[in-house]
Amino acid sequence: MIELRDVTKTFPKGKGGEFRAVDGVSLTIGRGNVFGIVGHSGAGKSTLLRLVNHLEEPTSGSVLVDGRDLGALDARELREVRRSIGMVFQQFNLFRSRTVLGNVAYPLRLAGASRAEARERAEEVLRFVGLQEQARRWPEQLSGGQRQRVGIARALATSPDVLLCDEATSALDPQTTREVLELLRRVNDELGVTIVLITHEMDVVRSLCDHVAVMADGRVVETGGVHDVFARPEHPVTEAFVRSALHDLPEGPALDRLRARHPGRLVTVPVGADASASDELSRLLREHRVDFRIAHAGVGEVQGRPLGSVTLELRGAEGDVDACVARLADREAERGKVGAR
Amino acid sequence: MKVDWREFWPKVVDATGETVYMVLLTLALSAVFGMVVGLALYATRKGGVLQNRAVFAVLNTLVNVIRPVPFIIAIVALSPVTRGVVGTMIGTEAAVFPMVVVATFGVARIVESNLLSVEPGVIEAARSMGASPVRIIVTVLVPEALGPLVLGFTFMLVALIDFSAVAGTVGGGGVGNLAMTYGYLRFDTSVMVVTVAILVVLVQLAQLLGNVLARKVLRR
Repeated sequence: MIELRDVTKTFPKGKGGEFRAVDGVSLTIGRGNVFGIVGHSGAGKSTLLRLVNHLEEPTSGSVLVDGRDLGALDARELREVRRSIGMVFQQFNLFRSRTVLGNVAYPLRLAGASRAEARERAEEVLRFVGLQEQARRWPEQLSGGQRQRVGIARALATSPDVLLCDEATSALDPQTTREVLELLRRVNDELGVTIVLITHEMDVVRSLCDHVAVMADGRVVETGGVHDVFARPEHPVTEAFVRSALHDLPEGPALDRLRARHPGRLVTVPVGADASASDELSRLLREHRVDFRIAHAGVGEVQGRPLGSVTLELRGAEGDVDACVARLADREAERGKVGAR
Repeated sequence: MKVDWREFWPKVVDATGETVYMVLLTLALSAVFGMVVGLALYATRKGGVLQNRAVFAVLNTLVNVIRPVPFIIAIVALSPVTRGVVGTMIGTEAAVFPMVVVATFGVARIVESNLLSVEPGVIEAARSMGASPVRIIVTVLVPEALGPLVLGFTFMLVALIDFSAVAGTVGGGGVGNLAMTYGYLRFDTSVMVVTVAILVVLVQLAQLLGNVLARKVLRR
């Protein structure tokens, strides 16, 4: 559906210098995917997203949409392709000079629809996003969540195959974020639209996406299925993002406080669809006659499957606890699963 | 020698009519030309939708050269051109020509700066929908900037009333001419007071009209 081949984008910086916003990125995004691109601000994800519809032209490399190389198209053909790719923005970017209906009808008029056709279709899309009652109002009369729904309706008006979301929920409060994510879920499920979204919130990836790419310094450092990446993050940046969404491992001062409260040995057990790690720990504890106390836990659902970890304080005779931890350390080296903290 | 007001009133009415005619004609012409130049300035600047360094440099220099010239100097400096274009150097039509020239470049800057104040995100949204540069200018930029544009045009309208009075002093018609020939040269304070009052009223009307229109456009 969308293919980026070794795409690089540089911007001139200062005198003679250049800034590599996107650095040799290759990605394939399949039809019907909900593909999340996550990264800190300045990681290049915003530029990457704009390369997909050629709002930014790559310095080198190519972007293919449905097998067509966007770099080979003339201005008119490119505008045609853009009409099949909707885009939603963090700041909504609604036209203040147009009503809600006027905003949604605008891309239809661009695509050559008559006034009546545009109006009919716009009303239909507004019904889909639940804003048919607001059609005659002006953007400034709506709440942030409603404005973003208008933005989504406008992006969907021409029935695009792809929806690009540029931090679509970052300006919204948590409740409204959930509503907008729910709407995007429906856009994917009911309309079959491929969604590419960029975000700095791993929670957004967790609740909506099926695939994820992690960006740092203009490069994609890790990519894969969302559950796989959450279960086995490899790059340190990915690891930090996963932890930020699962809240399952205490770190920094929180870890110090945890250690103060629990002076015994701490071990962390992953919790997931696969219960083998937990079973294993249970068996080890029984064998060594060691008790435990739950010190910390964070488990959530990722793509419908549980994921997270529980940290336990081991309690028992010192020799027994040490033996138990030694066995766990072996397992960790072997499987990267149960670990002593 | 003071004026006889019974005979003088019709002159005042005619002169007011001339002023309104000069100002409105100038506004109409300079709005059209100024809009074109302003849009061209906006579109051809660096990073604009139709970036073109040469066109921008020429227009920008032209605006910067013409704008600082005091209007009274511009009238005189342009007079040979005025004679060529209008056929005469005196009278109402002859006054309109330099007014249009000067006002066009004033309007151009107003248009340019108001278009620049339109949020880039909105333009990006239109681009993402596949709008062409010309389409973006006509259906996005101008409507989005319409409120401040109306206020900018109002500012120009008020300035034109002032211009017309200046033009009157150097042979253009209108209230300015009246104030000059009867009020100033004959030391007739009553004529001075009446003509100034007329100009004040005209300016107030123009400002009121502009404010009402802008409020309507901005929905405030």
